[in-house]
Amino acid sequence: MSIIIDEELCTGCANCIESCMYDAIELDNNIAKVLPNCTLCRACIETCPEEAISIEHEEVKTQEIDISQFKGVWVVAEHYKKKIQNVSFQLLSKGRELADLLQVKLSFVLLGKDFDDELEELSLNGMDEIIYIKSPILKDYYSDLYTKVITELVIENKPEIILIGATPTGRDFAPRVAKRLNAGLTADCTGLEINLETRNLLQTRPTYGGSIMATIRTPSNRPQMATVRAGIFNMPEKVKKNVNIRKIEYQFEEKDSVSKIVKIISKTKSNVNIEDAKFIVAGGRGVGSREGFRIIEELADVLDAELGGSRITVELNWLDPDRQIGQTGKTVSPKLYIACGISGAIQHIVGMQNSEIVVAINKDPNAPIFNWAHYGIVGDLHEIIPVLIQEFKKLKSEE
Amino acid sequence: MCIKQVPGVSEVKIDPKTNTLVREGVKSIINPNDRNALELALTLKEEHKVEVIALSMGPPQAEEALREALAMGIDRAFLLSDRAFAGADTLATSHTLALAIKKILKEFNSEEKYLIICGAQAVDGDTGQVPPELAEELGIPQITYVQNIELSEDKIVVERKFRATEIVVIETKLPALISVLIDINKPRFPSMVGIMKAYEKANVVYFDSNALNADKSKIGLNGSMTEVEKIFFPERKVNPIMIEGSAEEIVQKLCQYLKNDKVF
Ligand SMILES: Cc1cc2nc3c(=O)[nH]c(=O)nc-3n(C[C@H](O)[C@H](O)[C@H](O)COP(=O)(O)OP(=O)(O)OC[C@H]3O[C@@H](n4cnc5c(N)ncnc54)[C@H](O)[C@@H]3O)c2cc1C
Ligand SMILES: Nc1ncnc2c1ncn2[C@@H]1O[C@H](COP(=O)(O)O)[C@@H](O)[C@H]1O
Repeated sequence: MSIIIDEELCTGCANCIESCMYDAIELDNNIAKVLPNCTLCRACIETCPEEAISIEHEEVKTQEIDISQFKGVWVVAEHYKKKIQNVSFQLLSKGRELADLLQVKLSFVLLGKDFDDELEELSLNGMDEIIYIKSPILKDYYSDLYTKVITELVIENKPEIILIGATPTGRDFAPRVAKRLNAGLTADCTGLEINLETRNLLQTRPTYGGSIMATIRTPSNRPQMATVRAGIFNMPEKVKKNVNIRKIEYQFEEKDSVSKIVKIISKTKSNVNIEDAKFIVAGGRGVGSREGFRIIEELADVLDAELGGSRITVELNWLDPDRQIGQTGKTVSPKLYIACGISGAIQHIVGMQNSEIVVAINKDPNAPIFNWAHYGIVGDLHEIIPVLIQEFKKLKSEE
Repeated sequence: MCIKQVPGVSEVKIDPKTNTLVREGVKSIINPNDRNALELALTLKEEHKVEVIALSMGPPQAEEALREALAMGIDRAFLLSDRAFAGADTLATSHTLALAIKKILKEFNSEEKYLIICGAQAVDGDTGQVPPELAEELGIPQITYVQNIELSEDKIVVERKFRATEIVVIETKLPALISVLIDINKPRFPSMVGIMKAYEKANVVYFDSNALNADKSKIGLNGSMTEVEKIFFPERKVNPIMIEGSAEEIVQKLCQYLKNDKVF
């Protein structure tokens, strides 16, 4: 298995060297040469303007499975304190789209304790079927119980696609289920599409720290599993229709879980919930200091907005870690996002690109954030924001 | 414990003109989260007199990461390196790591009682999938996103962060696997003596696919269920409306635009 460079086609342009995150390509006599530390990540293949790079891989015969037996799209519900989390609804709306394209059923898989009275209300979210696995112990999340139940259900029902929230819960059981089923799993997808010919799910996600995007598929096996963060897809429209409810009272045995929950500790801090915020005011390194962040907070206050920021501001201790936006932080999709002194590194962008309206304030006219903003203001945030605060205060008092 | 060497790119930017990656300071480093895993392993070693073994899968240059771990104070290091391992997705990676772990446990006669520590996620792939997949393959319980741990004779009690403001305290029996978050501790730096020992005396043991008796269809690109269809640069929106003028004018115009857009 290796990356092959066609020496006839290679012009020595070195684009591939730039693209390699592992320093595994060098120029030898003006022709690119792949070094042994290549990880076969393929980033170079796309960047070659001459199409001189390809990947060669000897196929080893693996067990073929009949993928046409697998039908249907599943969304696994996440709940906390008896409340289904928004990410599950967002996945239902995307799941509906995928199921319609594939002309299959959309099922909502719910593992829980007392949802019996909620099922009717839940059934307005566009699914065709609710599979409700009921047991007192499923009030809380247990990784081994989830893994057991979901793998059993998959083996019995053979869905082709399973969508799971990329939360600490989903990211805990999804890999375990994938391993037990030997199924492909793609983490933190930001885009999901279908290739109708192959019925493959095309899963797009940021990779290598978000600097490039990769589209990933699972061609030879089913189910195809993907996790998705909250805020990537929209909430579904409510619809009234006939939803088939399959309720299964599940009996666990003692040996099914080796772990036990001792207790749950809530930090007294107020609940930060920037994922669902309508307005967000976010600060970056350009804010300058922890004290400087006060005007960002003040702006957030007058707007009734949540406060957010780039990773650097968290690293500098100007901002609470729960308010970091981006690839390693939260994904947000507010109506209005005001980015103050944020350069717009792609790792930040992937967390806020679904905002409806983006306003960027930056003193550097070439800052990449302007490529993602609807309204751009080139200037010093310390001059503009105080005026903005005054104006918003005025607007508020007029209302 | 499992450590991964990753590209140490602190700032990846895209050159807006050529649309290519501009990298500053490419140098391979130990995955930041794995440093926390290392630190935790070393504290447990000091408190409980356990033996700490580090394991990494990667190209030969990943030996640097293991040398650094040795310099910090781990007891032994193993590097799984073979062209046949390249191109692995998380399923194939966890399979390879599991083969090596089983082999090492057997050699050390310690199949009954052990703890595997991983980082919560690696900054290059950023999936966090390897730890649960590894636990599944080893048939042991896992606790991911761990912030705190207490180890006793045959069990662990850990604090797992499962929501922004909530922590769940979980107890489980050994053997088990945990993956740790960046806030669990502050990793130490290698000492001078440690560095000298790591480079002069200590030894990194290499395993290739033969040593692991690996089934070729389960490792590397062949063992991967997922494959990359394409890689591309994120698409950018174009042409923002640039608002100019004095601060007052800018603010007036912006508010007008936002009202027209029915933001308020
Ligand atoms: C694996 C990985 C994951 C990452 N994950 C994230 C993530 O989740 N979230 C995230 O945000 N980052 C993340 N990053 C970091 C990211 O690459 C950037 O380094 C970071 O987003 C930059 O933050 P910034 O825009 O605040 O700072 P800078 O890039 O330093 O930008 C500061 C900006 O402020 C402007 N400025 C300065 N002074 C003023 C002023 N007075 N008025 C107006 N403008 C001013 C400057 O022109 C500049 O554009 C990640 C990086 C890696 C490698
Ligand atoms: N190639 C590897 N070698 C050793 N450990 C790894 C490797 N890949 C992943 N891991 C471990 O799994 C954790 C999560 O990685 P990932 O699932 O790739 O985000 C890392 O922090 C490591 O502890």
